[in-house]
Amino acid sequence: MRVALFITCVNDTLFPGTGKAVVSLLRRLGCEVDFPAAQTCCGQMHVNTGYRAEGVRLARHFTEVFAGYEAVVAPSGSCAAMVREQYPKLAKPGSKGAAAIAEVVPRVYELSEFLIDVLKVEDVGAYFPHRVTYHPTCHSLRGLHLGDRPTRLLQHVRGLELVPLPGAEECCGFGGTFAVKNPAVSAAMGADKTRNILDTGAEVLCAADNSCLMHIGGTLSRQKTGVRTMHLAEILASTEEAQ
Amino acid sequence: MSSTFLGMPGDFPKNAEKAVQNSQLRYNLRKATHTIRGKRASVVGELPDWQELRAAGKAIKDHTLRNLDRYLVQLEESVTRAGGTVHWARDAAEANRIVAGLVKATGETEVVKVKSMATQEIELNQALAAEGITAYETDLAELIVQLGDDFPSHILVPAIHRNRSEIREIFLDKMPKVPDNLTDDPPALAEAARLHLRERFLKSKVAISGANFMVAETGTLVVLESEGNGRMCLTLPRTLISVVGIEKLLPTWRDLEVFLQLLPRSSTGERMNPYTSMWTGAVEGQEFHLVLLDNGRTDVLADEVGRQALRCIRCSACLNVCPVYERAGGHAYGSVYPGPIGAILTPQLRGMGSELDASLPYASSLCGACYEACPVAIDIPEVLVDLRAKAPHSAAERAGMKVAGWILNDHERLARAQRAATKLRKLVPKRLPGPLSAWTDTRDVPEIPEESFRDWWERNERA
Repeated sequence: MRVALFITCVNDTLFPGTGKAVVSLLRRLGCEVDFPAAQTCCGQMHVNTGYRAEGVRLARHFTEVFAGYEAVVAPSGSCAAMVREQYPKLAKPGSKGAAAIAEVVPRVYELSEFLIDVLKVEDVGAYFPHRVTYHPTCHSLRGLHLGDRPTRLLQHVRGLELVPLPGAEECCGFGGTFAVKNPAVSAAMGADKTRNILDTGAEVLCAADNSCLMHIGGTLSRQKTGVRTMHLAEILASTEEAQ
Repeated sequence: MSSTFLGMPGDFPKNAEKAVQNSQLRYNLRKATHTIRGKRASVVGELPDWQELRAAGKAIKDHTLRNLDRYLVQLEESVTRAGGTVHWARDAAEANRIVAGLVKATGETEVVKVKSMATQEIELNQALAAEGITAYETDLAELIVQLGDDFPSHILVPAIHRNRSEIREIFLDKMPKVPDNLTDDPPALAEAARLHLRERFLKSKVAISGANFMVAETGTLVVLESEGNGRMCLTLPRTLISVVGIEKLLPTWRDLEVFLQLLPRSSTGERMNPYTSMWTGAVEGQEFHLVLLDNGRTDVLADEVGRQALRCIRCSACLNVCPVYERAGGHAYGSVYPGPIGAILTPQLRGMGSELDASLPYASSLCGACYEACPVAIDIPEVLVDLRAKAPHSAAERAGMKVAGWILNDHERLARAQRAATKLRKLVPKRLPGPLSAWTDTRDVPEIPEESFRDWWERNERA
């Protein structure tokens, strides 16, 4: 199967390791991976901060870049949710833009959705001998309704001990520009999240969204906790040979 | 006399910062919201048809709002036929003038009140005080707020920010005839309030209420409550004046079936609330006045995205699940409508002219917990995002967003920006300057990688 990788601007710029992990994982599962070079950003930051015109331009660019692909895979719950939930509201009903959006939206998948719903695989042959807890992230949970897809994938990883995260469904406090517009509340939410993470005794906090992990990880690092953050793709890409 | 929110200084982030530092407040709010949250989840979970009920609630409200003109006239006819008098109030000032005039016509200078958001919204108590009329709140939490000269901080539980020892202090300080040996045991506090209020109920000739629902076909008004104070106010006094927002309407008696299930489970987390009072017009010897309040609601109705906020039945489920409300507290929102619903209702009812009101659409991480809990499926994140597009933005932010948009709109520009960042990667300070210092005050910055993903792909895959 030929798959277009939508890396997302945050991963492209700050977390290239996640992109490399997705490429290696999808190839291991027999997919042909393409990276359309013209891709940039889904427009979430602009739309959610109140800059709709800029967001609409980026959405138009996205639909042009990814038109015609059988499947577009994004290693980010919130960017995939942006495309699926918000894109249809950005174009005038009946317009050319609306048609382009309707054409591309059903083929955009968050990584765990693509693995479980399209490739029908739960055991991806990964090996990761560590104690891990999983934060489901709001847009994956309440936007995309990923449910237990990510944890089902993690449960099949050999050597991995998955420990439940108390208050898992609560927001970590990132929220895009919310983190800098409302820093006190964002930090208070982050502090409660990291306390819950530390209570699990996990070595690694895993999530399917690096933007949330950047906030939680930045807080864990500032607190000098020693707990690492890892994107789901990076754990799923790990193999015994690579260890 | 409780204080007024109008003209409150500051904006949401500044108000919230103060609240976050108050550990007693955070403890009180966390304990209270998590308790109600748990109760709600368990009674909602009992109903296999909850999602259908929710969809029905949404559909009934949407239908009513689409035909509001017709149903309001029908309501007026039904109430008039049953012996009540209907008054129409365009805004807060007009509603306050009507109510003050009605109270004065009775010759009374004291009124008892049933808990009501609409009268809080128009600051009726303050308006009546200016006319020499004293309004006594009879809901326990409203009484605590009124005695403490405080602000309400929650729609359903206005004194949620207070714990029992603080309530004991307020009672000892402000309640006449309270025993000196009053403990902070909840039954003792409730008994003190009961004795204090009982006298008022028996003495008062005029009561003022709101309503949870109004039925157009019958002219019936409905109040749901837990304490019985509402039942006292609605039945004992000679004159009853109800101030109700025009969106509280339901077309038929049968529609109550849906809402009498949705509201108690979503608000107090009960299968059914202890008291449901319904009245139609007036019985002989009593007078009933209904003041229908617009106060910005028809403007909200004109907004295609924002109008869904008018479906709200004031249950507070969104407040109780909101991680921002839990940490910022109700006062930070500077309005009688705090929490997620307040963040979309206040800017629509009051506009975004003040610094505070313009900051409300941003008082959310868009986590979506409110939408999931809302019994009439108000997509609060959708309205927040829509309001953000209409909110005033600072020149510096506009410039920053424009530059970011320009870079992100072209992959070659993006690649050049990434390479520039890569060159400077060792120079990124631990504490960032300007608005980004808000990030590094509590979090480390991620290390900028040696190479972006697109450059890695180009180097390895295109070759």
